[in-house]
Amino acid sequence: MLKLKQKGKKQLKLDMNPMTDLAFLLVTFFMLTTTFKAEEPVQVNNPSSTAEIKLPETNIMTITIAEDGRVFFGIDGQYTKERLIDFIDQRYDLSLDAAQKKRFSLISTFGTPVGQLNDFLALSSTERMKLEQPGIPMDSTANELAEWIVYSRMINPNLRVAINGDTETKYPMVKKVISTLVNNKVTRFNLITDKETLLENG
Amino acid sequence: MAKKEHVISETKAEKAKNKNLRKEVDIDMNPMVDLAFLLLTFFMLTTTFSRPQAIELVMPAKPQNETETVEQPIKESRALSIYLGDEDKLYWFLGVTDPEVHFTDYTKDGIRKILLENNAEILDVVVVIKPSASSNYQNLVDILDEMAITGIQRYAIVDAAPEDDQLILNFEGA
Repeated sequence: MLKLKQKGKKQLKLDMNPMTDLAFLLVTFFMLTTTFKAEEPVQVNNPSSTAEIKLPETNIMTITIAEDGRVFFGIDGQYTKERLIDFIDQRYDLSLDAAQKKRFSLISTFGTPVGQLNDFLALSSTERMKLEQPGIPMDSTANELAEWIVYSRMINPNLRVAINGDTETKYPMVKKVISTLVNNKVTRFNLITDKETLLENG
Repeated sequence: MAKKEHVISETKAEKAKNKNLRKEVDIDMNPMVDLAFLLLTFFMLTTTFSRPQAIELVMPAKPQNETETVEQPIKESRALSIYLGDEDKLYWFLGVTDPEVHFTDYTKDGIRKILLENNAEILDVVVVIKPSASSNYQNLVDILDEMAITGIQRYAIVDAAPEDDQLILNFEGA
């Protein structure tokens, strides 16, 4: 009697193995395809367009223009950034130490004037995220953005330039960035936009 | 001999016993499935499939010589100017000298229709995009997008000159 009851209970057990297989297959797929979104110091709301060109994933320099006109600079590749900070360190006599340089090579986007770079790189990453960065200066006398662009292109001549502007950014700021680029012989660049279908455009 | 048989039967019994034991080692898979689905959910939510789209923009290079002018003369009859005003207002006019200003908007029946009509009418139309200081980035991207949609090959981004601002002011006042 007891034996029978046990047998009946056993038969109700589901075979979980195919489900586990499937779940782990999907986990593996998502683990391999995922690319974690880099932490951005400023939130940018891209305008939409019907453009079909996809932005390349590597060799890309991103110039972010925030809604309030602050300009942020970002570049991919840890090695590129290590060399870039060496150049900037020499150019401006910042006397950064190895730990600060290492930290710089791990930052994706920043908007700090060179003068404040020493203090900025002394902060931990959580402190850095909390900090409101003033943006990279683009004055005609000391155009630091131009320096960053020139040195980056020296290190990696294949760099493509992308402008990541906010919908509400006023045109004069965009113009300043574009003319900085053109003055430094970058005449071909990409404007990052969100996808929009032609139908809903009307 | 008999002894040996006994041993064999004993191992048989052991085997049977082992078989019984093996059945009892039944691993509960549920926590593993839970974990797998937890990870699956996490990766599904964090993954970003869509890479951002981009508009390609080519600007004319700056002349090497400072005295050299970049401006290429455009035939007045071929120039269609679009003035990007504040608050998503849009104005357009043909030609340069004392043009008739029209008001339009960024819709399919607005600027796109005008661009298509003029593109068909005027041979080698050159669209001069004049973003004013109070226009925003969305306006610029919208217009560049319209260029791509209407297939206009020749267009240039030129800063709005004070004369243009005055022209629009006069139009608004009228």
